[in-house]
Amino acid sequence: MSQELLDKVNQKLHEHFHGSIEQAELLYDYPVFTVNKEKIHDVLKFLKEDADLNFHFLTDLTGMQTADEKHLGAIYHLHNMQKNTRIRVKTFFPMIHPEIPTATDLWPAANWMERETYDFYGIKFVGHPNLVRILNVDEMDIFPLRKEYPLEDQTRQDKSDKMFGR
Amino acid sequence: MSKKEKKNTASSADTHPAADTKEKEYSTLNLGPTHPATHGIFQNVLKMDGEIIHDAVSTIGYIHRAFEKLAERRPYAQITTLTDRMNYCSSPINNMGWHMTVEKLIKAELPKRAEYMRVIIMELSRIADHIICNTIIGQDTGATTGFLYLFQWREKIYDIFEDICGARLTTNIGRIGGFDRDFPAKTWDKIRAFVKEYPKAFTEFSNLLERNKIFMDRTIMCGPISGERALEYSFTGPNLRAAGVDYDVRVMNPYSSYQDFDFIVPVGTQGDTYDRFMVRQEEMWQSLRIIEQALKNMPDGATHANIPDFFLPPKEEVYNNMEALIYHFKIVMGETDVPKGEVYHCVEGGNGELGFYLISDGGRTPFRLHFRRPCFIYYQAYPEMIKGGMLSDAILTMSSMNVIAGELDA
Repeated sequence: MSQELLDKVNQKLHEHFHGSIEQAELLYDYPVFTVNKEKIHDVLKFLKEDADLNFHFLTDLTGMQTADEKHLGAIYHLHNMQKNTRIRVKTFFPMIHPEIPTATDLWPAANWMERETYDFYGIKFVGHPNLVRILNVDEMDIFPLRKEYPLEDQTRQDKSDKMFGR
Repeated sequence: MSKKEKKNTASSADTHPAADTKEKEYSTLNLGPTHPATHGIFQNVLKMDGEIIHDAVSTIGYIHRAFEKLAERRPYAQITTLTDRMNYCSSPINNMGWHMTVEKLIKAELPKRAEYMRVIIMELSRIADHIICNTIIGQDTGATTGFLYLFQWREKIYDIFEDICGARLTTNIGRIGGFDRDFPAKTWDKIRAFVKEYPKAFTEFSNLLERNKIFMDRTIMCGPISGERALEYSFTGPNLRAAGVDYDVRVMNPYSSYQDFDFIVPVGTQGDTYDRFMVRQEEMWQSLRIIEQALKNMPDGATHANIPDFFLPPKEEVYNNMEALIYHFKIVMGETDVPKGEVYHCVEGGNGELGFYLISDGGRTPFRLHFRRPCFIYYQAYPEMIKGGMLSDAILTMSSMNVIAGELDA
């Protein structure tokens, strides 16, 4: 089932976005596509509006940082409720220029999810109507979920506890 | 506050029909952050035209507790306590959702008995969750009786949780791989007694409100949302079903043996407060049906999966058996190896699809853990739903959406 879905979506994406689909894999029975960031908006629009695929429901949108701490990623979970098929779309981009187009024009629900992602990872969603922090305080000057910020006292310089690994 | 500031506080373009050429003057009202009627810490800055809401801006994050960051420092078993504190009205569902996510990652197979026991716990907490939501709707319309009357039944559910895990609200119930032990015999009796006696009290509550003219006039077409709009806003759970979309994770992606049970998914038509109330009412009846079936068909056998790497061995084994001691030590110190991988698991929480997106790099803690919190996602439609309505409808809409501050802010 999942393998068929992966093949089908993969074929369609390759037809329309030749060369922009960097990876298609099955992770724990979940089809996952890695898309070039330049094409991410077009791919999402295509997945949503294609009559056959019809991934009309944005289940989740979140961010992540890669293990090398040089890239950020945005992860979209899409759902077609009629056929009950789910896919995950990922895109990665370097941390020095973390900008990707917004998905708020496709799903109003992306509004707060993108604000949350911006809040924690500093990913700038170009075209978002109101990209400001949502859960953290406005004065915060860091993006707390990035790995370079430790759990406690992110910006303190005077406290270094080698033994217990602050 | 001066007039100039007022304009800045309430945002967005003025879409009001310009019947009179003179610019209309609005007043700004701060609803919250700690308003007794909102049952939690929610702030909404309302732009009011008399008593009609013209525009609204929600501010959230007042009880943000950095769960996703904390989770990156904790071994898998210790993350359950974080999930408790999200939707604290139905903590066991969150706990089970997290356990199942880890079980998916480590590919553990659970015995049927453990899965049925989980179903009982989850449905009991769904009832507890819906009791809170529905009685509070009654409370906010001025009917305090139902609230006090049904709350003692929520206490009985919490007594059952207390028997099983020692806690009432933030339960930390169960383990990765099942339950630490079978329910005590008296708890089985309590569950049976609850299933038998609750319908009587619940029927009385239903009679009090369901066909009550005052209640119906108050709630019908109060804060409505269409099915299309609800889907665009990624609504899930009772709020989506009230708008007429029959999406239920228990049916679409059955977990924990939900495919074995016979129940219906109630849907509404208008997505207003009354429909949300009625959907939750019917869901409580369905939850009772599920519990009855689970009690009737309860299989015998083990209450946890055979995964010694993750499940603490019994104490007498630990004292007398070398392997058990090693496992015990490794689990407690969080030194168990987990496979690398990425999983997304979702359960039907009290408010909708509660998702766990987990990336493991093989270390002792998750590399990345994201909670898909249904409240957070659907609460952004709130300003749209209350626009054009009265201030008192805004209160009612919020309580019928069952926005839980803990889940909203993670």
